[in-house]
Amino acid sequence: MLSARGISKRYGALLANDGIDLSLNGGEVHALLGENGAGKSTLSKILYGYTRPDAGEILVGGKAARLRSPREARALGIGMVFQNFMLIPALTVQENIALFLTDLPAILDQEAVARRIRAYGARFGLQVDPHAPVRQLSVGDRQKVEILKLLLAEARILIFDEPTKVLAPHEIEGLFQVFAALKAEGYAILFITHKLREVIACADRITVLRQGRVAGGFGPGEAQVETLVKMMFGERGGEEPTAETPVPAGTRPLLELRGASAQGVGSETTLQGLNLTLHEGEVLGVAGVSGSGQKELGDLILGLRPLSGGSRWFRGEDASSWSIARLRERGVAFVPEDPLAMAAVSGMSVRENLSLGTGSRYHKGLSLDWRALEATMGASFAALAFPVPPLDPPITALSGGNLQRVVLARELAHGPSLIIALYPTRGLDARSAASVRELLRRARDGGAGVLLISEDLEELADMSDRLLVLFQGALVGEFPRGSWRPEAVGHLMTGSGEVAGV
Amino acid sequence: MSELALRPFLRQALRHALVAVAALAMFAAILLVAGKDPLRAAADTCRSMTTVYGFSELLVRMTPLLLTAVAVALPSRLGLINVGGEGQLYMGAWLATAGALWFPAAPRWVLLPLVAAMGFLGGALWAAIPGVLRAMKLVNETIATLLLNYVAPLIVSYSIFGPWKAPGSSAYPESPAYPDAALLPAFFDTRVHGGLLLALAALLAYWILVDKTRWGLQMRAIGGNAEAAQRLGIPVAVFLVAGLALGGGMAGLAGMGEAMGVHGRLRQGLSPGFGFTGFLIAWLAGGRPLGILFMAFLFAIITAAGDTLQITQGLPFSVVNILLAMILFIVLARRPGGAR
Repeated sequence: MLSARGISKRYGALLANDGIDLSLNGGEVHALLGENGAGKSTLSKILYGYTRPDAGEILVGGKAARLRSPREARALGIGMVFQNFMLIPALTVQENIALFLTDLPAILDQEAVARRIRAYGARFGLQVDPHAPVRQLSVGDRQKVEILKLLLAEARILIFDEPTKVLAPHEIEGLFQVFAALKAEGYAILFITHKLREVIACADRITVLRQGRVAGGFGPGEAQVETLVKMMFGERGGEEPTAETPVPAGTRPLLELRGASAQGVGSETTLQGLNLTLHEGEVLGVAGVSGSGQKELGDLILGLRPLSGGSRWFRGEDASSWSIARLRERGVAFVPEDPLAMAAVSGMSVRENLSLGTGSRYHKGLSLDWRALEATMGASFAALAFPVPPLDPPITALSGGNLQRVVLARELAHGPSLIIALYPTRGLDARSAASVRELLRRARDGGAGVLLISEDLEELADMSDRLLVLFQGALVGEFPRGSWRPEAVGHLMTGSGEVAGV
Repeated sequence: MSELALRPFLRQALRHALVAVAALAMFAAILLVAGKDPLRAAADTCRSMTTVYGFSELLVRMTPLLLTAVAVALPSRLGLINVGGEGQLYMGAWLATAGALWFPAAPRWVLLPLVAAMGFLGGALWAAIPGVLRAMKLVNETIATLLLNYVAPLIVSYSIFGPWKAPGSSAYPESPAYPDAALLPAFFDTRVHGGLLLALAALLAYWILVDKTRWGLQMRAIGGNAEAAQRLGIPVAVFLVAGLALGGGMAGLAGMGEAMGVHGRLRQGLSPGFGFTGFLIAWLAGGRPLGILFMAFLFAIITAAGDTLQITQGLPFSVVNILLAMILFIVLARRPGGAR
């Protein structure tokens, strides 16, 4: 029904899609598999008309199609279920669906829409009450509404962008039954995911993407977990970490979590019974596919998230109830992605931003000792071999890389003992990213403990002295340095392996 | 920006002058529509305001406005919208009255600080309710402060209809007159009272707090990016409650000033909407201290002019309300982004 040939798309230095061929047939579930950054999202956006490819062509029903906007894609019968649902919570199911339909008469026949919703619902196992307000629905039911929207709009090619990410296990089972019903009626389904078990469970054909290219394809029944993992993660990165870095300097535990749990709210992941120990002078990597609870883990250690069970220990003291301020005062630093959201205030100058989070170090009278602050920060910039930026302009005047440098200079200014790095290089160009990694390594060599949370396996392989794997809010594996192979890590990340270690 | 490279202060002064001119022009237009002579009205108003008495009345009006404006401006630094100045004002007057009536025999040097403190406390506690609810992420502070405006005057009414009802006051229920020791001193034989000094001191304290202290810096951090502020160890919840309480305390002082400085007893119609006008002033001034001073004075002139015209030309006072609303629209329409 749809085939794409030689699709390429470049974003700056990044070749997100590189000559991808893909075909979707009616009556088939086609899984698109790949780790983060493999090019799945880019490809799906191209198929839905959001993004235009630099090269390649798309055929729908055998004819060359012009997909310049989602509107044109919809006119050709292509529909997409997004990760973040496009629903208006205050309106009812039926109203939400009616809004999506383009062929509505000026005077609505609400009951006709409701009847069609019920009919489609019964046919495909998508039963929802048309008159229920969407805000009262569970996530699984909202997803049903999204699918119904597409069906009523007469889409025949359905793209699902990681549809199982938000679902509970029994809801996933239900979704697969819906897939089966749709398949039986000749719909074509493109199922984007990075969870292997699901793919094996429901896909007829599988295409694996890696670094923007098609790494391989499988017909029905051909795929095996082993080969898929190898294909997704490649053979790279499994060697000993190359650095000539010393073995962790001491064995003194810096940070310990003992059975730590935290309840997730809304779309957050609940953390369950985490045990981890981070020593001085080591980089502890945390791997996981996105949404496994990475941000939640960082926040838990930082003190932003209250523990609902277990305990947190810092340098041998029970720090379970410590505030963020106290942890920071004791030398915990935080280097996140997207500093403007998590570590800087856009309405303030560079100087003022440098002063934030310094605790009581620069208190002087009612105000701050700005001169001492500038001296320390200047020294910090110098130690990191960064030029000192002008301090008076607003922080937003800086580029992304320079902004991250300001955050690093601030966070590393007082010799932190524990650095929580949450995707610290995401969004940075290659050179800035390399310099951030180098700084974290140097801090480690200086005796600090670094918790590196990342989805970039290469970065983790390069940096980590030990590696933990996080999956659905639990730590499911631990690998000492040099003992891990990408396949094994990939198994655990995708939930397709046995629990190892820990 | 291609705007003239004026220094911020000059630019702000220019903006305020524009507001003043626009206000006067619109006032003139309204008068014309009403069939009155704007020039004569201006002359009348000027004449009455340039007398010692007229000018002193402007200062009397300005006093609560300064305080209720600070009550809005201070929490706004945290990104909080306090529309509850009116209710906080009434609760300040209410608790100050309690102080004055409970210790009627106390000497002046005890009673005055006491009623001032209780006035502050009344407004502060009243504002702390929405502050706590907001810090717990339960209720939006805008709604809560607004709704509490309707509760506070009822508490005042209950008190003066009930336990504090002055003997012999039947038509207009009110509390007994305060003991002399609880009255704010008046100056130069006018109605200008000690509350003005208090208001100016509060404005000064506000300026120092937000511009000169580290707490002001942290408040701006919270207002700018609460998530980052929290991650950087700033106790956001504490600031939210304290910020609203401090602001409410300011409005409470305004209520105390009206009760102890102007009326001499607790009444129902203590405030003709000072709390709301204060919101307007803080908004127009962008929260800047000098701007608040200027705008409070301008609003005192406008409302006083309304009174004058009511007497000399028979214009209804609602003309002034129309004018205030129009000023707000002008300013909202061309308020530069980022200014609070």
